[in-house]
Amino acid sequence: MEGFLATPVGILALTVAQAMALLVPLLIMVAYLTWAERKVLAAMQLRRGPNVVGPFGLLQPFADALKMLMKETIIPAGASRVLFILAPMITFMLAMLAWAVIPVNDGWAIADINVGILYLFAISSLGVYGIIIAGWASNSKYAFLGALRSAAQMVSYEVSMGFVIVTVLMCVGSLNLTDIVRAQADMWFIIPLFPMFVIMFISALAETNRAPFDLPEGESELVAGFFVEYSSMSFALFFLGEYANMILMSALITILFLGGWYPPLDVAPLNWIPGPMWFVFKICFCLFVFIWVRATFPRYRYDQLMRLGWKVFLPFSLAWLVITAAALKLFGWLPA
Amino acid sequence: MAITLDRVARSFLLAELVSGMALTLRYFFKPKATLRYPYEKAPLSPRFKGEHALRRYPNGEERCIACKLCEAICPALAITIEAEPREDGSRRTTRYDIDMTKCIYCGMCEEACPVDAIVEGPNLEFATETREELIYNKERLLDNGDRWEAVLAKRLELDAPYR
Repeated sequence: MEGFLATPVGILALTVAQAMALLVPLLIMVAYLTWAERKVLAAMQLRRGPNVVGPFGLLQPFADALKMLMKETIIPAGASRVLFILAPMITFMLAMLAWAVIPVNDGWAIADINVGILYLFAISSLGVYGIIIAGWASNSKYAFLGALRSAAQMVSYEVSMGFVIVTVLMCVGSLNLTDIVRAQADMWFIIPLFPMFVIMFISALAETNRAPFDLPEGESELVAGFFVEYSSMSFALFFLGEYANMILMSALITILFLGGWYPPLDVAPLNWIPGPMWFVFKICFCLFVFIWVRATFPRYRYDQLMRLGWKVFLPFSLAWLVITAAALKLFGWLPA
Repeated sequence: MAITLDRVARSFLLAELVSGMALTLRYFFKPKATLRYPYEKAPLSPRFKGEHALRRYPNGEERCIACKLCEAICPALAITIEAEPREDGSRRTTRYDIDMTKCIYCGMCEEACPVDAIVEGPNLEFATETREELIYNKERLLDNGDRWEAVLAKRLELDAPYR
């Protein structure tokens, strides 16, 4: 066995097995995130949500998936066929790709690379391509407007998100995601860097096109936004990609601020629960807040969105970056 | 100055956003307003206008005297009546059809009826798979009347003081 794993075939098989072990639970989580969203939104609106398919509606995601698979993939007459088909694949693929570097537990990352955070940032920036290609290839004005909005929004919020990440990196002294989590063994970064956590969270909402920043798919103005023309599995891929991105952003927040796989306190009943469980708990908590925010706030107007991104978050995060740097230098807390 | 500071502090501490989220969280735990419809049903007023029925007298004689007032008042022209004297000389309908797909459930027919023969009952679950099944004839309406008579009589009694 040991010998086989050292051969090229063995390494490939091991990597595939690792990827499957990560992606299958992830896809199940995505499926149940759609269910949880409907349930939580319903509860906050005094409704019940899906409760007919299976106990508590638990089989609803599978019923939806089956329905999607049965439907016809419609390609509009004026669409650019190749790009039209390619766009949802790009979106979905990128949402899955980013998971390669996420450390679920100490040393449980598939690719524990030294520039993990840069890789994540790069992948999440590429996400805009799927959307803009979809908007352009659809040859529809609503899709195009949605895609333009999405591109502008994602670019704007990535700037302040970058500053937030830089602040965390200064406190850690490493770009490796595992190192970032290890630096939080004693204290999670949410405590010293709370304002940055808030900015990160709100930017994550904008980055994943979630309410109250869901302008790219603003139903009341753009029908459905960049995926108006999509149907069947190509639509489902966008949908899954969006939800996988939500989970990815929650994972990123968990790694940067909520101490990854560490329990809140290293005391008896809490540290019995294994690290990956804590990681998933924290992701679920972030996702709950994502949905909670959606149930609470109305959609931003486009100029308000841009104002918040460029005139509030950017200077604020920049100022906090400088303050953090100064504090680290002054008190000699800089990591070795 | 103090007021400005207060406002700035509130906006930077996201006071209103947090109070909004506290509100939705409270609603999250409240009992739900939704009824599980086929298993739970909302109460119906005795005046509810549902599926039609033709009633009979307690001795089994049909009430309708073919005066055609319902046919005349029906704003949707959903009722068709044909009548001729029966062997015993009393005036009865030979045909009493209601096209339930035309009916607007306004209740004018039951208002017009001098003998409380045509009434709208409490039944609202009479969806069918074909359009033809919704064109009710006299037999069907009398059958409805027989089936729902106890409820129909109770409803008329409850509503009587207000007429």
